Amino acid sequence: MATGTAVEVRPAARGAQRPLPLGRITATVVINAVLLILVAATLIPYLFMWTSAFKQNSEIFTSPIVWWPKNPTLKNMTDLFTLFPNAWRWYVNTAVVAVVRTALGVFLAALAGFAFAKYTFKFKNALFILMLATSLIPFWVTVVPLFIEIVWLRWFNTYLAVIVPNAVGAFAIFWMRQYAMTVPDELLDAARIDGASEWQLFWRVALPILMPGLAVLAILGFTGAWNDFFWPLLVLTDTSMWLVNVAVAALVGPYDYQYGILLSAATLGSIPVIIVFLFFQRQLITGLTSGAFKGI
Amino acid sequence: MAATTAAVSSYRASWWSRHQREVIPYLYIAPFFILFVVFGIFPILYSFWMSLFKGLGLGPKTFYGLGNYIYLFQDPRYARAFWNTVYFTLASIFVLSPLALLLALAIQSVFVAPRWRGFYRLVFFLPVVTSAVIIAVLFARVFDQRYGLLNQFLAGVERWFAGIGLTGIVLQHDWLRDRALVFGFPFLQPLVTNNVPVIGDIIKAGTIVLTALFLMNIWNFIGINSLYWTAGLNSIDHELYEAAAIDGAGRWQRFWYITWPLLRPMTLFIVIQAIAGSFALFAQPFLLTGGGPADATLTLSLYLYLQGFSVGNFGYANAIGYSMAVVTLALSLLNLWLFREQEQQAIPTVR
Repeated sequence: MATGTAVEVRPAARGAQRPLPLGRITATVVINAVLLILVAATLIPYLFMWTSAFKQNSEIFTSPIVWWPKNPTLKNMTDLFTLFPNAWRWYVNTAVVAVVRTALGVFLAALAGFAFAKYTFKFKNALFILMLATSLIPFWVTVVPLFIEIVWLRWFNTYLAVIVPNAVGAFAIFWMRQYAMTVPDELLDAARIDGASEWQLFWRVALPILMPGLAVLAILGFTGAWNDFFWPLLVLTDTSMWLVNVAVAALVGPYDYQYGILLSAATLGSIPVIIVFLFFQRQLITGLTSGAFKGI
Repeated sequence: MAATTAAVSSYRASWWSRHQREVIPYLYIAPFFILFVVFGIFPILYSFWMSLFKGLGLGPKTFYGLGNYIYLFQDPRYARAFWNTVYFTLASIFVLSPLALLLALAIQSVFVAPRWRGFYRLVFFLPVVTSAVIIAVLFARVFDQRYGLLNQFLAGVERWFAGIGLTGIVLQHDWLRDRALVFGFPFLQPLVTNNVPVIGDIIKAGTIVLTALFLMNIWNFIGINSLYWTAGLNSIDHELYEAAAIDGAGRWQRFWYITWPLLRPMTLFIVIQAIAGSFALFAQPFLLTGGGPADATLTLSLYLYLQGFSVGNFGYANAIGYSMAVVTLALSLLNLWLFREQEQQAIPTVR
C-alpha cells in the first residue's frame, strides 16, 4: 500500500538548506494536535449522550455542562421500559430486520454477481447495464406508489415491508461481481469435471472465495438496515412493530421534558451498530480504501 | 405407467444436467429483476400516472394533466425547498469535500504515525455508522440555545476574547431558529432585495439555521468523504511523485500537477455523492427543525414527505419526486458521460 503519498517531505534540491527536523517536529505536533481536536469534536456529542442516559434530568440541562453524572441512575432506562412495555420489541424488531435483510441481500447479490462474472448467457451485457442503470433511479420518485403498493399487499406494519422492497441493490451486485471475477475459471472447470452441479459450484467453490467481499457488503448492509429511518417511518406505525429509529424519533417531541428517557432509547439504539462496526472496522475500511476502487 | 414417469423424470434430469449451465445464470439474476419490476418499474410508472391527478389520499381524484408540474414553478414553498437544497449541495461540494480532502491528506501524511492512521479513520467513520435519528438527537443537545454544547463552548471563547480586550464579539446563536443570513454582507444586499435570480436565491437560502444543519453534515460525513479521497490517493502510482521530486517539483507543484488531475474520477464520484446526499437530506431537518423556521430548512425530500404524507396530496408529492429524479438523473448521466472513456469505473455508494 502506498502511504504518505501527497505531502511527503523530501529534501528537495531547493529546500536542502532548511532546518528540516525542527520543521518536521512542528508539523507533526500541529497536524496531530488538529486531528486530536477533531477527534474530540467527533466524540464529545456521543459521550454527552451516553453519560446523560444515566443522569437525572436536572443534570442534562445545565450551565456549565455536567459531563459525568454525580449520582448515576438507571431510572431513565427503567422508565423507558415501564412507560413503553413493548420497548424491548423495538430492539428485537430492528435486529431481526437488519439481520434478515442483510443475509438476504448479501446472498442475492452474491448469486447475481457470480452469474454476471462467471457465466456467458444471452443478453448478459444488456442486463448488466440495465441492472446498473437501476441505481440511477432515486428512491424519492417511487416512495408514494411504493407505500400504496405495500398497503395493497397487506404488508403494512409487517417485517416484509421493510425487508423485501430494497433487499438487494445494484451496487451490491456490482461489488460482488468484482469479487467473483477473481474466482479462477480453472477451479470451476475442475469442479465441473469432478461432477459438481452448477449450484455446488456456487455454494461450495465460489462462496468461500467470495467471503471477504461478502463481509464488507454485510457490514454496510447491516449498518444501513439498522440506521434506516424514512421508509420504516412510513410503513411501520404500530408501536410494537417500530424499529428503534422510528421509536426514538417518536420520542423526540412529546418526551422532551423527560430527556433522559429519550437519550436512553437513543443510547441503546446506537450501541449495537457501533459494536458491529468496531468489530469489523478493519475489513470495512481497508475494503473500502483499497480493494474495490483499485484496478477496476 | 410407473415406467413412463421414471423415463420422463430421467429424461428431465438429463435435460437439466445438459442445460443447467445455460439456465442457471438466469435463475441467479432473476430475484433482482423480479424485485426490480415489482418494487422499481411499477412504482415509477404508477408515480407518473398519479402525478397527473389531483385529490387527497386514497379518496376520489380528478384528472389534472400537467397541473401538478406547472404548480411546481408557482409554488413559493417548492422554490424555497429547491434553493435550500441547492445551497446545501453547493456547500457540500465546495466546503465539505475540500475539507475531507485536507483531512485525508493530513492523515496520509508522513507526520502521522502509521499506527495512528487507523485510529483517526475509525473515529471519523463513527458518525457514518450512526443513524440520522440518533445524530439529530445528539445535535439537539449541541445546538440548544441555553444549554447546548456549542453555545457553552462559544461562550467560553467569547470570554477569552473579552479577556484579551476584544469585547462585543458575538459567536453564540440560537442555531435552530436564527434566520439571519450567513452571507449578509452589505455589498450582497442588492442581490437579495432585488430578487436577482439564482445568486440572490442561493444567498437567501444561506441562513444560520440551514448552515447549522450543514455544519452537522460536515461532522457526519467528513469521515466517509475523506475515506473516498484516501482510496483515490492510494490508487496513484507512487513512482510519479519520486520522478517529479527528482525533476525538482515542489510539494505544491506535485499536488497540483499529479495528485489533483489523477484524483479526477474520485472527485466526480464525490460530487455525485454530495448531490445525492443533499437531495436525500430528510431526518435532520425533520427532527430538529421540522423544516422551519418559516421554511428556512425545508428540503425537497422533506417537502415531498409533508405534501405526500401529512397533507395526503399524493399527486403533487409525485410531481416533486419526479422533479428530483430529473435533476439527479441528469447529473448522474452527466457523470456517466464523463466516465465514458474509463470502462467499468467503480461507482460505489455507501448510505
